[in-house]
Amino acid sequence: MTLTEKLLDGTGSWLDDRFHGAKGFRTLFRKIFPDHWTFLLGEIALYSFIILLLTGTFLSLFFQPSMTEVTYHGAYTPLNGVRMSEAYASTLNISFDVRGGLLMRQIHHWAADLFVAAIMAHMLRIFFTGAYRKPREVNWLIGIVMFTLALLEGLFGYSLPDDLLSGTGLRILEGVLLSIPIVGTYLTFFLFGGPFPGNDIIPRLYIIHVLLLPGIFLALITAHLFIMFWQKHTQMPGEGRTNTNVVGQPTYPYFMAKTGAFFFFTFACVALAGTFAQINPIWLYGPYTPAGISAGSQPDFYMGFLEGTLRVFPNWTWDIFGHTVAWNVLIPALVPLGLVFTGAAFWPFIEQWITGDRREHHVNDRPRNAPTRTAIGMAVVAFWAVFWLEGANDVIADHLDISLYLTTEIARYAVFIAPAVAYFVTKRICLGLQRKDLHLLQHGVETGIIRQLPSGEYIEETRPLTDEELAALDVKPRPSLPAPAAQAALEVPPPQMRGGLGRVREQLDRVLTESVPIDAHGDGYGAHGNGHGNGHPDGDAEAEHAALPTGGDQQADGSGDDAGGGPA
Amino acid sequence: MSDTGVPEGLPDEPTDAPASPQRVIGTPSPAQARTLLGDGAGDGDRAQLAPRELPADPGNPQRAKRAERIVAGLFIFSLLASIGFIAAYVGLEVGSVDAVLRSNLALGLSMGLAFLSLAVGAVIWVRYIMPDVELTEQRHPLASDSADRKAFKQTFEEGADASQFTKRPLLRRTLIAATVPLAVAPIVLLRDMGPLPGTTLRHTVWRPGLRLLAYGSNRPITPAEFSSPGGMITVVPDGYQDNPDALAAATAIIIKFQPGVLVFGKPSQIQGGYVTPNWTVDNIVCYSKICTHVGCPAALYEQTTHHILCPCHQSTFDAPRGAQVLFGPAPRPLPQLPLTTDAQGFLVALKDFQEPVGPSFWERG
Repeated sequence: MTLTEKLLDGTGSWLDDRFHGAKGFRTLFRKIFPDHWTFLLGEIALYSFIILLLTGTFLSLFFQPSMTEVTYHGAYTPLNGVRMSEAYASTLNISFDVRGGLLMRQIHHWAADLFVAAIMAHMLRIFFTGAYRKPREVNWLIGIVMFTLALLEGLFGYSLPDDLLSGTGLRILEGVLLSIPIVGTYLTFFLFGGPFPGNDIIPRLYIIHVLLLPGIFLALITAHLFIMFWQKHTQMPGEGRTNTNVVGQPTYPYFMAKTGAFFFFTFACVALAGTFAQINPIWLYGPYTPAGISAGSQPDFYMGFLEGTLRVFPNWTWDIFGHTVAWNVLIPALVPLGLVFTGAAFWPFIEQWITGDRREHHVNDRPRNAPTRTAIGMAVVAFWAVFWLEGANDVIADHLDISLYLTTEIARYAVFIAPAVAYFVTKRICLGLQRKDLHLLQHGVETGIIRQLPSGEYIEETRPLTDEELAALDVKPRPSLPAPAAQAALEVPPPQMRGGLGRVREQLDRVLTESVPIDAHGDGYGAHGNGHGNGHPDGDAEAEHAALPTGGDQQADGSGDDAGGGPA
Repeated sequence: MSDTGVPEGLPDEPTDAPASPQRVIGTPSPAQARTLLGDGAGDGDRAQLAPRELPADPGNPQRAKRAERIVAGLFIFSLLASIGFIAAYVGLEVGSVDAVLRSNLALGLSMGLAFLSLAVGAVIWVRYIMPDVELTEQRHPLASDSADRKAFKQTFEEGADASQFTKRPLLRRTLIAATVPLAVAPIVLLRDMGPLPGTTLRHTVWRPGLRLLAYGSNRPITPAEFSSPGGMITVVPDGYQDNPDALAAATAIIIKFQPGVLVFGKPSQIQGGYVTPNWTVDNIVCYSKICTHVGCPAALYEQTTHHILCPCHQSTFDAPRGAQVLFGPAPRPLPQLPLTTDAQGFLVALKDFQEPVGPSFWERG
């Protein structure tokens, strides 16, 4: 018997006798995983989470989540005899007296940063390719919840060592909680077990950090992966890839081997980062004391956004009816992040409402083919980036040798200007790239071969696109729409498009679906108007205009800019 | 897996398979037909299966052969690196900064290389040794078909009817009424996590006659000692220098000015950018160190401009003018601590801060 036969006969039969798995596992083994490098971003997040669980378990064997004061006597001599909390002392102990302790601490911290960074990159990929569209809205929402929890989990985690830097972070957390109207003072006293800092905050954050949040993460990750598995992957446009199939390599053995390799890649990267790149050297910061602080205090990168909002917002405060409303803290702490997260959560539904597109989408958009969405995404990135940079404005001012206050003043304007600029620039770039694609479609690929015609003229030869290249371009017919007035003359608007809201919706639809128009023969219409494709492979433009919806429910006539049955 | 037509997996079923000669009397037959290998009929069994979807061998055997050697080499390297990791753990002690550096380098490098060579090896294996393949799987609409939906609707309605949930509003409403406090109860349980705030945030431990100690050295200060104008030192209340809760509110800074620099005003002008005159000693003024934004220590002092800067969010306070806010998100000046000297000539508090220190809170007023 061969090796496979032995395995099947022994273990395989034993398991199947008990679990009835032959059919299910056959399907599982042949499950197809489409390939694209951006699909790895979510895997990085998953694997950093696993690394966090492994290294975190190791750390918890030695860490003492206690604020009891002790006098340090250990391997790090500069702090000998210094009074500090047990939490800080045990972190020093992990770093200097436990073999591999420093490495595990550094891997844990790098993996945490990588975890959040990978989540951010993964979410941007999902957004820019439209992978959140029906039927994947629920997974998008789960992702946003996990992103929020990841920020909290990170903040609580790096607060645990009770060093001067993280203690200052907790002090800021106290100030933010205090700013909440009516209940803020109570919340603060309950969280800290009395006035700041108290003796309870570290053990409380510890149990949230090692049990509560990881438990929620495990549940949400399970749901996230199960939904992804159940609905099957999206795929990037390409030859033979349609809305009704999945093209790629099977789980067994290809995806198993690749994803296993990728886990080791991720682990290798954080291990080497933990070896060569020092992170969070708490022994240099010293133990926390409310009286002390170090200049240039910087939180982990993912908290930089909130740090920036707190720095940039003016000092507005109300004292009314014997109460203080700290707008200067409340607004920056809640509003910008709330806008981004709430906006992201509602976006799939807003987009559905505007376009009336309620079909399933399994083939991703190339970002250039959804210029407005891509532009909105880049505007949010710019918004985030301004606050994030402002969160390090002291460092920037120091390095660029400009006034500290000037950086804040710039940021106060840039928060509004940068997203607008990002929006317009991105949209122009996307439309330009669409024209480039159209050019390739119409004129073929330049071959670099120069030919002399009998007339003496020199021309460069071009060749038409191969089917594969054509499919990867994802250029589908996008007929131009007539102007709203002309369109109104042509047809009676559907009921949901009448009235003020209907007109707003129509206008939004025109903005959202703006693209370089292309007819079914792959010819450009020119630069007028915008377009939806309705998938008609023939017919002149006028006839198509008449058949186009006015932005109403496009499911009814199966049109839209991403019709499943595009030109074959 | 079986084409005998006999239902599989049932115990002690009779099978068509010939009894094994080694069979012990009284034991069931080996029932080979129920293994995943099939019933031993061989090719007849396989003929029923779909044609092979994955090629058995790589398209380029020479390249695969080369890749195989490289991958095996990488795996051996990974093995050696892992052994190196264990050796580094056993051989390298920690316990001093230098030893930790060596140990960290050896452990991390061996661990990283072990994982990296495994990863690279596996990728080469997939790309060059496994035959390249691309399969297509069909998707089906996620929505169930209408028959299934109707059947579910019926099941759901039958269940609802059988439970009587819809028909008996009394049961329904009392159940809902019963669950509401159940949801509130866990929140009530959190009440003992901390004391009620009361007026805690309005006071600090400063009281009349309490000495100011220089933070760090914990020594009392005489105005004469602190004579060089322009300096700023952090002070803490005597007896509370190791009490973080007290320090979180009471930590203060004292600054000595040249005569004539301080801008004095009446106590009623406390918000207006003036220093209260009879709260200073010999041009030494004392402010709370806790920033009125979110409570970071306002620890930086620029002698030439007399600006106090909070390093967290860059609130800037004008020291000679009652620490009024010049820039940044802080809404109020740093409160001034009334100073005097005691019989021994040391700086002491005249009384506690007149207003709450630190960040805004709802009850602050």
